[in-house]
Amino acid sequence: MTDATVATQGAMRRWPRWLSLPPVLAMVLALIAIWYVAAVPMNVHEVLTRAERAGIAVSPDSAVLRRDMSALALVARNPGTLGESWSLDRPRLPAPHQVLVELYDSTIVEEVTGRRGIVRTGSLSNRSLVYHGWVTLNATFVGFLIGTALGVVLAVGIVHSRVMDLSVMPWAIVSQTIPIVALAPMIIVVLYSIGIQGLLPKAVISAYLSFFPVVVGMVKGLRSPGAMQMDLMRTYNAPASTVLWKLRLPASVPYLFASLKIGIAASLVGAIVGELPVQQGGLGARMLAGSYYGQTAQIWAALILAAALAALLVWAVGWLERRTLARMGMAA
Amino acid sequence: MAQAPEPAVIRADHLDLTFQTDDGPVHALRDVTLDIPNGAFVSFIGPSGCGKTTLLRCIAALETPTGGSLTVNGMTADEARRARAYGYVFQAAGLYPWRTIGGNIRLPLEIMGFSKAEQRERVARVLDLVELSQFEKKFPWQLSGGMQQRASIARALAFDADILLMDEPFGALDEIVRDRLNEELLRLWDKTNKTIAFVTHSIPEAVYLSTHIVVMSPRPGRITDVIESPLPKERPLDIRDTPQFIEIAHRVREGLRAGYEE
Ligand SMILES: Nc1ncnc2c1ncn2[C@@H]1O[C@H](COP(=O)(O)OP(=O)(O)OP(=O)(O)O)[C@@H](O)[C@H]1O
Ligand SMILES: [Mg+2]
Repeated sequence: MTDATVATQGAMRRWPRWLSLPPVLAMVLALIAIWYVAAVPMNVHEVLTRAERAGIAVSPDSAVLRRDMSALALVARNPGTLGESWSLDRPRLPAPHQVLVELYDSTIVEEVTGRRGIVRTGSLSNRSLVYHGWVTLNATFVGFLIGTALGVVLAVGIVHSRVMDLSVMPWAIVSQTIPIVALAPMIIVVLYSIGIQGLLPKAVISAYLSFFPVVVGMVKGLRSPGAMQMDLMRTYNAPASTVLWKLRLPASVPYLFASLKIGIAASLVGAIVGELPVQQGGLGARMLAGSYYGQTAQIWAALILAAALAALLVWAVGWLERRTLARMGMAA
Repeated sequence: MAQAPEPAVIRADHLDLTFQTDDGPVHALRDVTLDIPNGAFVSFIGPSGCGKTTLLRCIAALETPTGGSLTVNGMTADEARRARAYGYVFQAAGLYPWRTIGGNIRLPLEIMGFSKAEQRERVARVLDLVELSQFEKKFPWQLSGGMQQRASIARALAFDADILLMDEPFGALDEIVRDRLNEELLRLWDKTNKTIAFVTHSIPEAVYLSTHIVVMSPRPGRITDVIESPLPKERPLDIRDTPQFIEIAHRVREGLRAGYEE
């Protein structure tokens, strides 16, 4: 067999990358279709009310009666008057294109043409999602750094000290069983009472969520060297610090990255949760404001941006992982 | 060993080691008495599970004997370990996968505080010795098993300890590579005058390499025979066809058989 045939066979064994596009695309289209269909019953009460006001006959013709009827029944009884399902001003469930328009308006339009946009003022508009996304991202990064550092330090302590092993791990586990939504306002109030506000309380909540996967992964990683690898260090009479730097830490890198991927996503969630009670900017604040004022499209737009940010962050960690492991000769 | 030509480097006196396991005690070593003179090449041979690795690990202070006494370079085994008196070659190569071959060999040198220049010089020298010079920048997974084992030998040689403890270093290799490495090892031992303790399962390997062959028997692990080889220090590979060689091999085989029949 020549080198060329070997090469083509090797290439054929894996699907080309673009082949994964059609199934992914089909999935997305199906979801969007379901979304459009669902918007009809979700919004039917409001649609019928507006139709009635416009003088169109709806059945039943009493708003009180309609309120007690199921959405599906109303859809079935008024098939001809559902034209506004996807264009309401304040829909219960906005249609996908409404969310996209909101996303576009609150990012590009706001910044480029808005009175407070970056083009006119040179700084991000506080009404744009770009600004709020940036606020959240900052808290996420700071929280992620604190959480990762704390996680690594705790893991190193747990591996080296029996007392810490027995005392820290149970508390770390308990800490994660408390719902963060319940804990977040308390953290913010407590920190506020000692004069800390702004980015740091959110970062603390972020760190609270992200340190745990790092502790668990790093403890496993630091303990991953085999008996022979440890014995080798003993034959060199290496002190514990050397064993940590030259054996335990390098061995734990793959475990660390697995944890960082979970940790960065958790950090984002933590930052958003931390923004809910404060209302001083950020995607969390946008979501809550949207629900106060019935601006569902605004909630969805913030939600989609948050999801996109999470995907981007996890991807970035994955990219760093591939690069680091390749440089360490440990590419999977 | 009756008339050691030089003072003993490793001296075991009525050494006992019993592992306490969940299924009761395991007598890994019983009443092991042995002197290894300076510059000797001592092979340990015996059936699987007879305590060869355990004895080597005791000498390396990786295991603590439960009875008897053991000195290495006139110190306790643990003091000798802390003085970095020996290089240890494990049964498997055990290279660190995130370090290149050069990096793996540099590891003990970094830990022992050699200067950067000396690290470079020593790595180059031992790589040359095991004929892996072109592979300094490669990662372990890019090398064959035999090459990895050679790298692990280079790693044990790099810091030039007087004692080399080798636990079946060539166990996983084919006959031809093994022959070559045996020759290389002899040449190296001749050049450096190290004291080598070498565990093996192969009778020809033991006879070919050693000045002293220690025959062990299992349950409990103990020494049944110590054979001083009359072979000259200069040993071409075809010395294995001489009557003298065959006679020693025969004696080793008899010793092994006797251990079984008891
Ligand atoms: N850490 C341990 N705990 C309990 N028992 C052990 C331990 N290490 C070794 N043993 C037992 O001690 C005995 C001797 O083991 P050892 O590894 O020294 O044998 P060996 O001669 O090196 O065998 P092989 O030729 O297969 O490598 C065996 O019965 C083994 O089960
Ligand atoms: Mg063994």
